[in-house]
Amino acid sequence: MATILVHVMPKPEILDPQGKAVGAALPRLGFDGVAQVRQGKRFELTVDGEVTDEVLAKVRQAAETLLSNPVIEDVVEVTVAEETA
Amino acid sequence: MTARIGVVTFPGTLDDRDATRAVRLAGAEAVPLWHNDGDLKDVDAVVLPGGFSYGDYLRAGAIARFAPIMEKVVDGANGGLPVLGICNGFQVLTEVHLLPGSMIKNEHLHFICRDQTLRVENAETSWTSEYRDGEEIVIPLKNQDGQYVSDDYTLDMLEAEGRVAFRYVGWNPNGSRRDIAGITNERGNVVGLMPHPEHAVEAGFGPDSRESGRTGTDGLAFFTSAIKNLLATA
Repeated sequence: MATILVHVMPKPEILDPQGKAVGAALPRLGFDGVAQVRQGKRFELTVDGEVTDEVLAKVRQAAETLLSNPVIEDVVEVTVAEETA
Repeated sequence: MTARIGVVTFPGTLDDRDATRAVRLAGAEAVPLWHNDGDLKDVDAVVLPGGFSYGDYLRAGAIARFAPIMEKVVDGANGGLPVLGICNGFQVLTEVHLLPGSMIKNEHLHFICRDQTLRVENAETSWTSEYRDGEEIVIPLKNQDGQYVSDDYTLDMLEAEGRVAFRYVGWNPNGSRRDIAGITNERGNVVGLMPHPEHAVEAGFGPDSRESGRTGTDGLAFFTSAIKNLLATA
C-alpha cells in the first residue's frame, strides 16, 4: 500500500474568499505579519500495490477531472507520500 | 398533448418538490427522475433543482455530475432537449460542461436568502421566451456558493453571443462577474441560474410584489415558456 498526495489550489487570478476570511482572523488571535492566506485542498489516495508510472498517470487524470475543476483550480502537486512503517 | 417535464432528485437535493409543483402549476406533467436512473423516461424537458447534491462534498455539483442520469441529460441537451439548472442544478451544469464557468463561495462569505431582482437579458431561450427582453423580475435567491466566475475571454464571448440570460439588478448579492445571475448555451435550450424561479409560482407563497405581500409569481414563466415551446414543436 502506498499513498499519493494531490494538492489543489484556487487559481491565482480567482479570489479566494475562504483564504481571505482566514487571513482576516489571524491578527485577531495575535498572529501578525501574515500578508496573505490562500486555502486549498490536499487529497490522500491510498492505492493497492506499487506506485507505477501508470498508476501516477491515472491519479493525475483523476486530479484533473474530478478532484479539481480547471476553471477555478489548479493541481499544483502530485507526489508519493513517504512510507511509514 | 401534455408536456412531460422531468425533475431530477440527487441525494441531497432539496427543491425537487417545489420544482415539481411549479411544473404542475404551469400546466405540464411532472416526472420524477432519480439520480441512479439510466433513462429519462421519455420526458420532453428536464429540471435540475437546487439543494446540496452529495452534500456538496469536493465542490458544489462535482459528484452529481457523474450520476448515471447525467449522461442521459447531457446526451439529451446536446440533441436540443430543454434543460433548466437552478442553483445547485446550475452548478451541476457547469461541472458537466454544458455551461461555461463555475461558482465559488460568495464574496462576502455569508449564506444569503432574499427576494432578488433580475433583468431578463435574453428572452429567446427555451426557458425565457414568455418574458420580454429587459424585463425585471423578482424571485428568491438562497445560496452560499453563488459567485459566478469565468475568465475574461469566456465572459466576453457570453456577452457577444447574448448568452447572459439574467443579470442581478440593484445589488450584486455574491460578487458574480459582470452581475451575471444566469447563462444559456449556444442553442438556447440549456439555461442555468442561481436564483429560484420555482419558489415564485403561486400567490401566497412567493416573494412580495408591488401590490401586496407574498403574491409574486414572476418565476412561473420559466415553466410556461418551456411548455409553450414544446407544444409548438410537437
